[in-house]
Amino acid sequence: MSLLIYGLINSVILALYTVGFSLTYGISGLANFAHGALYILSGFVAWSLMNAAGLPFAVSGILAVLITAAIGFAFYWVLILRVRGIPLAELIVTFAAGVAILELMTWKGFYGLRYSLPVFVNGGVEIAGVGIDYQRLIVLASGLVLVIGLWLFVHHTRIGLAFRAMAQNERTALSIGIESDWIGALSLAFGAALAAIAAMVVLPLGVMESTIGYDVLIYALAVAIVGGLESTLGMIAGSFLIGYGQIAAARYIGAKWMVIVPLAAIVFVLSVKPSGIFGKFKELEERV
Amino acid sequence: MTKQEGYRKKRLDRGIKARSDTLFAVASWKEILYLMIPRFLPVAVLLLLPLFLGNYWNKVLVYACIYGLLALSWDFLASCGLFSLGQSLFFGVGAYIAGGLNYYFHLPPLITIPIATIAGGILCSALLTPVMRLRGVYFAMVTLILPLLLMKIIETTGVFGGTQGLSSLSGFPHEMLSIYIAVVGFLACLFLFRRIINTDYGLILRAIRDDDRSVMSGGINIYWRKSQALFIAGAAGGFAGALMTHHYQFLGMSVFALDYSILPVAAVALGGQGTFAGAAIGSMLLVPLSEALRALGGLRVAIYCGVLIVSIILLPEGFFHYLARKYHQFEKVVKIG
Repeated sequence: MSLLIYGLINSVILALYTVGFSLTYGISGLANFAHGALYILSGFVAWSLMNAAGLPFAVSGILAVLITAAIGFAFYWVLILRVRGIPLAELIVTFAAGVAILELMTWKGFYGLRYSLPVFVNGGVEIAGVGIDYQRLIVLASGLVLVIGLWLFVHHTRIGLAFRAMAQNERTALSIGIESDWIGALSLAFGAALAAIAAMVVLPLGVMESTIGYDVLIYALAVAIVGGLESTLGMIAGSFLIGYGQIAAARYIGAKWMVIVPLAAIVFVLSVKPSGIFGKFKELEERV
Repeated sequence: MTKQEGYRKKRLDRGIKARSDTLFAVASWKEILYLMIPRFLPVAVLLLLPLFLGNYWNKVLVYACIYGLLALSWDFLASCGLFSLGQSLFFGVGAYIAGGLNYYFHLPPLITIPIATIAGGILCSALLTPVMRLRGVYFAMVTLILPLLLMKIIETTGVFGGTQGLSSLSGFPHEMLSIYIAVVGFLACLFLFRRIINTDYGLILRAIRDDDRSVMSGGINIYWRKSQALFIAGAAGGFAGALMTHHYQFLGMSVFALDYSILPVAAVALGGQGTFAGAAIGSMLLVPLSEALRALGGLRVAIYCGVLIVSIILLPEGFFHYLARKYHQFEKVVKIG
């Protein structure tokens, strides 16, 4: 039972890591390798707002999400727009920017016990004989809310519909007056905001450290590769596969084998079905 | 030169370039020198440099050659459309093969380095076989996470010394020997890659980059070719890793670190992609620069990234292409009309 519950929580955490990355890639075809850096940067921003400016966590958390979104927007507008359309250059620029952010944070000495965000609600509850703290339940709930909210957003708002139009066909979207640069920048801002929301929810579970940024990026990439980047369903399936696989490996083989699960999943999925479990969309053109 | 209204810049090949492209090059010393100087001068400088540099800067030279080898191997993969973000995979595999052979079987460096070169190439292409069907961003993603995951595996399972690493490996009998192995290996790799990519064999590899579907329809098995390319690039990276292991006489998890993935890409982006000479120039510029910045510690990687972004945005063609254009062509201002 605890396997089921902790596997579920782990899977939702992985899905939270991936959702922003997947959104940005799905809309504008931009693989944002700075995703992990934005994730941990938002945690750092929230921490600084709390401890330097003395704001309560609720306010600083919301501000951190907004600031990260603004950083994502500016990042697109200042840097990526200049290399847009050259996949290699886009990749190198986002990756380099991500590593630069992470290394700058490490250099500033951003690690250690004192950097941690408070949990929303203290205490825990026992479900079917397994003790869970409230924060992990909040993670579950926010994962659910985020996925549903995102679905409603892209299906029922103007910007969301413009996002989907861009994802389906950029030129047709241009011809009906959707400006692709603007939407691309917005998509990166949304991806960054989603990373920040994930950070606000997940980071209170542990200590913050700048190297977490690399882990988040690795997991997001692993989930995206396993599930197929373009489909939300694939993303969820990928995160559940890796999430439960990790918990099961930790339980039955040993905790140190947890890190091998994403690698094994990638190798297995790529050799069986190179486009990912649910990667039907643009299967032939892009991946293989 | 200030921009004038109604005028534009016009670029023309120098006369000597037009003549020396053909057999007339043998006609005069001037033309032979025109062709030879850009090729011979760097080689001569690189071969003579170790005799004049001090102990410290010789070490820097060895680093530059090692990073240069990684940059060359990156450029070679990029020439067949495989954009890797994980040169440290090749580097680390070569380093662990050489270090392991030396530590557990006490083989001397002159035996472990060739073994690590060949076996590293084979192992890397085997490791990347399932990934080879991927293109572009997807290939980059997998190559980025592979070395990081291998590092975690070594960290958690503790194989090959785990986090402690393997120490007191045997070094080279003579300091100069290791320097010259690095320099000669680097130059050999540079000219070998330039030669390979210009043969018919290299033509197929470049065609895979440009349009893999049409190469397939020509009846060529592109996956087999890609695995050969991975072997060649992996062998160059493995050689660099093995050399570094014996030069340091120490082997640790840090061989899979991001440094070895980022710096080669930065070097190629700075120097210019596609000619190998750009990769060589880039690493020869970037590594001494990073040594000069050594006092800044962890900030160095952030600075590489800054160099990378600025050079991609400001000089997308790279330093080498810019130099080559200045060497071969002259500009003049003509009236538009």
